[in-house]
Amino acid sequence: MQDQTNVTEPSEPLKLVLYVAGQTPKSVAAINNLERICSEKMPGKYIVEVVDLKKTPQLAREHNIVAIPTLVRQLPTPIRKIIGDLSDIEKVLVHLKVGE
Amino acid sequence: MGNAKGISKSPTGIEGFDELTLGGLPTGRPALVCGSAGCGKTLFAATFLLNGARDFDEPGVFVTFEERPVDIVSNVASLGFDMDQLVDEGKILIEHIAVDPSELEEIGDYDLEGLFLRLELAIDQIGAKRIVLDTIESLFSAFTNPAILRAEIRRLFDWLKDRGMTTVITAERGDGSLTRQGLEEYVSDCVLLLDHRVHNQVSTRRLRIVKYRGTAHGTNEYPFLIDEEGFSVLPVSTLGLNHQVFDERISSGVADLDAMLTGGGFHRGSSVLISGVAGSGKSSLSACFAEAACAAGGRALYFSFEESAAQTVRNMRSIGVDLQRYLDAGTLRHIAARPTFYSLEMHLAVMLREVVRFGPTLVVLDPISAFLGNADQLEVQAMLLRMVDFLKARGISAVFTHLMHSQDGASETDVGLSSLMDAWILLLNRETNGEYNRELYLLKARGTSHSNQVREFVMSDNGIRLIPPYLGEGRALTGSARRAQEARDRRDRAQREHQLQRQTSIIEKRREKAKAEIAALQVELEADEMELSRMLADEENFQAQVENDLAAMEKSRRARSGE
Repeated sequence: MQDQTNVTEPSEPLKLVLYVAGQTPKSVAAINNLERICSEKMPGKYIVEVVDLKKTPQLAREHNIVAIPTLVRQLPTPIRKIIGDLSDIEKVLVHLKVGE
Repeated sequence: MGNAKGISKSPTGIEGFDELTLGGLPTGRPALVCGSAGCGKTLFAATFLLNGARDFDEPGVFVTFEERPVDIVSNVASLGFDMDQLVDEGKILIEHIAVDPSELEEIGDYDLEGLFLRLELAIDQIGAKRIVLDTIESLFSAFTNPAILRAEIRRLFDWLKDRGMTTVITAERGDGSLTRQGLEEYVSDCVLLLDHRVHNQVSTRRLRIVKYRGTAHGTNEYPFLIDEEGFSVLPVSTLGLNHQVFDERISSGVADLDAMLTGGGFHRGSSVLISGVAGSGKSSLSACFAEAACAAGGRALYFSFEESAAQTVRNMRSIGVDLQRYLDAGTLRHIAARPTFYSLEMHLAVMLREVVRFGPTLVVLDPISAFLGNADQLEVQAMLLRMVDFLKARGISAVFTHLMHSQDGASETDVGLSSLMDAWILLLNRETNGEYNRELYLLKARGTSHSNQVREFVMSDNGIRLIPPYLGEGRALTGSARRAQEARDRRDRAQREHQLQRQTSIIEKRREKAKAEIAALQVELEADEMELSRMLADEENFQAQVENDLAAMEKSRRARSGE
């Protein structure tokens, strides 16, 4: 319930971090899917950061990432995590509480 | 054997386990340790890792999926490891991988590359040679797609193998299978099963090597121990019948008992059974054995299942046996534990471990009958058999005491032990004329001729003495009866001596008298002889006179007529 009050705050943008590992098919698919979701469904309301853990593996430890790819919604709180290549766009949106 | 096939081993530093597996866990390969909750999987894994880092210069990564690093550090502290220090020295790294399923949503295809990256980072950071995954199965509760997980776990094990990591994977035991998620399918080199069973309210931990590729290993269950000294496995079943034999003798500490055996004592390496009813002096006699071993420059290990060390020392002082100085000198060790404290297997295991550590020349178990209360007879016998074999193989003499509940059929022991023993001393308490007397029989002494006569067993301030009983009139007497009989005998003897003296003097006098009579007769005889010779001489004179007279008469007659 509390989630929704946070999400409905119109001024707060989504802060998303996508963790990938190099240019694997799953990572590439996840990057493409996320770009599509962001540009089509919520233009202008997001900040996306892509982290390649192959280059900075210590971030996997710091942010406790196990599965690849992992999408983390850092803002608004609480943190939500989605793993997978984000192929089901509707499900991603539901989970990010976007478009409610 | 393992070496010939090219399998190298990484020692775990776990007492007993490395001997059992001829070197430890397979180097550069994964080993699976499975078992139910609370059976010591994590401690086994932690011991392997910490010993490696501390003693074998092989840094290690502890990957924990469940417990927090702080908990792990405090858990192993109870085994005597200072994990924090090893972490500071860069020899151990704890990687906590916590996955909370509630905050995860799975959308589409994924893999566990993040886990791989983290492990790689950790391994490279300290140059790890060993890694523990505890418990990787918890990933199954975090991720919902088992197909992906299985593929990833298989890939993980292959990857670890490629990197040459000696790996220990712990897994929870499942119903009807070794692990809940069937991890044993992926680990083909070494599978260990830990078990924790409760029998008669006493629990025993056991370890079994289910599989160890390329190594001849025992398939038995071996009890293991987790205590303040760490994790130790006790291979109690791997013993053969290849005893050394000794001609050397050991003293029993009772000179009179040694004297009953030709050669002056029992053979070294003998197992001696002392059986008797309550209060017949079993413990005292076995303490004498211990004292004698220490006095002879050996070391004695005394396992007591009824008395504490202080109590034994005090009690023995009352019969002039000072055990305290040997305890102080460190040549005598007294270990007291209630039989119910551990299971039988564990008792055996602990005893064997202590024997190996202490290196005694004599071991006392006082009493073995205490085990019968909480175990099956056959099990007790099996345990003692292993104990006897183990001690024999090392040339250690052993003294076992056994409490008999009745003296009827005195040559039976409840445990049917006599055949295991080389010597058997039976102590009896016999009631005669209102008093109990201790008696000692030497029923058996293999390889030594010995006295088969009962001895009276006397304990005093000056130690134990064995007194030959009164024998005669078809019975043996001990105690007051013996003393009374001996006194009676002394009286009888005195009386007879007295009588003999009297008889002798009577005969002497009679002889004197006879001699006197003989002398008197002699005198009489001489007188008669004299009388006779005088008469003969008179007769001769008379005859001569008659002749003379006759001649004179004739002369005178011729003169008258012839003229």
